[in-house]
Amino acid sequence: MTSTTDITRADVCAAAVADAFAEDGEIFGSPMGLMPMLGVRLAKLTSNPDLVLSDGEALFLGGVPPVGAKADVVEGWIPFRRVFEVIGYGRRHVMMGATQVDRHGNQNISAIGPFERPKRQLLGSRGAPGNTVGNRTSYWVPKHSPRVFVEAVDVVSGVGPRRAKEAGVAASKYNDIHRIVTNLAVFDVKGADDTVRLLSVHPGVSVAEVQEATGFDLGVTDPAAVPETRTPTAEELILIREVLDPKGLRFKEVPAA
Amino acid sequence: MNGTPRDKTMTIDEVVGQLESGMTIGIGGWGPRRKPMALVRAIANSDLTDLTLVAWGGADVGLLARAGKIRKLVYAFVSLDSVPLEPNFQKARQEGTIPEIVEIDEGMFNAGLQAAAQRLPFLPIRAGLGSDVLVHNPQIRTVTSPYADADGVHEELVAAPALNLDVALVHMNRADKHGNASYLGPDPYFDDLFCMAAERAFVSCEQIVDTAGLTVDTPVQRVLLNRMMVDGVVETPNGAHFTTCTPDYERDERFQRAYAEAARGSEEDWAAFHERFLSGDEASYQAAVRAFAEEASK
Repeated sequence: MTSTTDITRADVCAAAVADAFAEDGEIFGSPMGLMPMLGVRLAKLTSNPDLVLSDGEALFLGGVPPVGAKADVVEGWIPFRRVFEVIGYGRRHVMMGATQVDRHGNQNISAIGPFERPKRQLLGSRGAPGNTVGNRTSYWVPKHSPRVFVEAVDVVSGVGPRRAKEAGVAASKYNDIHRIVTNLAVFDVKGADDTVRLLSVHPGVSVAEVQEATGFDLGVTDPAAVPETRTPTAEELILIREVLDPKGLRFKEVPAA
Repeated sequence: MNGTPRDKTMTIDEVVGQLESGMTIGIGGWGPRRKPMALVRAIANSDLTDLTLVAWGGADVGLLARAGKIRKLVYAFVSLDSVPLEPNFQKARQEGTIPEIVEIDEGMFNAGLQAAAQRLPFLPIRAGLGSDVLVHNPQIRTVTSPYADADGVHEELVAAPALNLDVALVHMNRADKHGNASYLGPDPYFDDLFCMAAERAFVSCEQIVDTAGLTVDTPVQRVLLNRMMVDGVVETPNGAHFTTCTPDYERDERFQRAYAEAARGSEEDWAAFHERFLSGDEASYQAAVRAFAEEASK
C-alpha cells in the first residue's frame, strides 16, 4: 500500500515541479534533468493532461512513459532545430538546471570564475539566453546552497526580469521566469525590484534553514507567514512511486532522509 | 555523356589534404551525436593548426582542443551528455589554451548557420538580449526593427552574425557517390545548414549506396543533403564512433567513459589512451576499438 505517512522530500519536489506546469495549458513542457522530467510527467497525468511532452531527443510522446523508458506512442517530431522554432512561437515552458542563481533570478550554466579563464568551465550557456527571453522558464536546483544561490552570478546565461527590462522591450516582452524549485523550497522572481521571492518551504524545512542556504537576503519579514509546500496527494504518490519512477531514480537527486 | 553527375568519393586523407591551417571548419552532428569523428581524428593527427571550429560541441571539440588545433572556438555548449562536462574542453578553457572564445546561445548559433546558408550577413533574434553572451562578444551587435510592434515600439534585436565556414564536415548514415546523403536516425541535426554555410562540404558516411538505394526502404524526406551542397564523400564505417549513429549504432558509453577518464587523468593517462587509440590511422583506431570491446565482453 502506498502510504502518505512516509512522503519523501523527493516526492514533495516532484509535486512542486508538477505544480509549476499545472496552469500552462497546451504547450511544450520541456524538462532538463530527471526531477523536472518526473514532475512534468506527473503534471500531465494530473493537473494538465494537455501538456505536450518529448523524449528529450526528437519525438513528442503520445503516452506518459516512466522516466528513463522509451516512448510507447509517438505523437510528433521535435528535432533540435524545431525547438528553436517553438521558442520563437512561445508555446513552451522549459525547466532548466542552474549552477548559480542570483538575487535577481539570473542563471549561470556557463562557467564559474572569470569567463576569460574560468576556474571551472561548465556546459556553456546552451539555450538559456534564448529560452529566458522567448518562453516561460523555470529552474530546478537539487542541492540548495549558498554556492548556488549567490548575490550575482559569474556569467548571466539565463536572463532574470530586471536585466530583461534593462535590455529593452524585445527582451522583456516574453521574459517569464516562473518558478525556482529546490530541494528545500519554491520561489518565484516577483519580489521587490524583481528579486527572488520565497513562496513556500518544503515540509520539515524552516524559513531560517532556507535563508541559511541562500547567499543573499530573501527579505522574509514574517517567517511564520511563509506557507508549507503542499504534500503530494495519495494519487500522486502512486503515480510517482509505482508508475513514473518505480526504480527510485529521483532519490539520486534528492536522497531520502 | 549520359547525364551522370560526377563521382565525389574520396579517402579520409584526401579530405584532410583539402584543409589548410587557419581555416574555419564547421562540424555537424550535435554534442555526442552523429559526429564525423573519423575526419576529426584525422585532423587531430594532421599538422593543421590555428583552426576556427564552429560546432554543437562534443568530443570533436574535446579531441581537437587536446591536440592543440583550435585557435578560435564558436559554440553554445560542449557536452558528452552522459558525461555532462567534456573534460578536454574544460581543461582547455581552465588552462586558457584556446586563444579566442565565442560562446553564444543555441538559437543564435542556429540563426548564424541559417544566415550563412542564405548568404545573409545576419538574422535577427531575441536570444542573447540581456545575457552575458553580448557582454563577452562585443562584436555581436543589435539591430533596431524598422517596424513598430503593437505598442508602437521599434524592438532592438540581436543581429546574429552569419557563421560563414570555409569547410563543413558532417557524418550521415548513407550517401551516394555524388553527395546525396540521408540520415536514418531521429534527428537531422543541422548538417544541411553546415554544408550550405560552407564554401566546401565533405560528408563521411556509414555506407555508400547507389542513388536508388537511398530511398528504396527510406522516405525521401530523409535525404537531407543534395549533391549540390557536397564536394566530397568518404565511406567511414563506424566513423562516428564513439558518438551515436542511430540506427547503425548507439553511443559507445563504455568507450566514452574511458575517454573521459583519460582526459580527466594525468598527462600519462592521456598519453596512454592516445597511444592506444589515437596515434594511428582510422583502421588502427577501429581495430583498437574492437579489441577494447572484446576485452569488455570477456
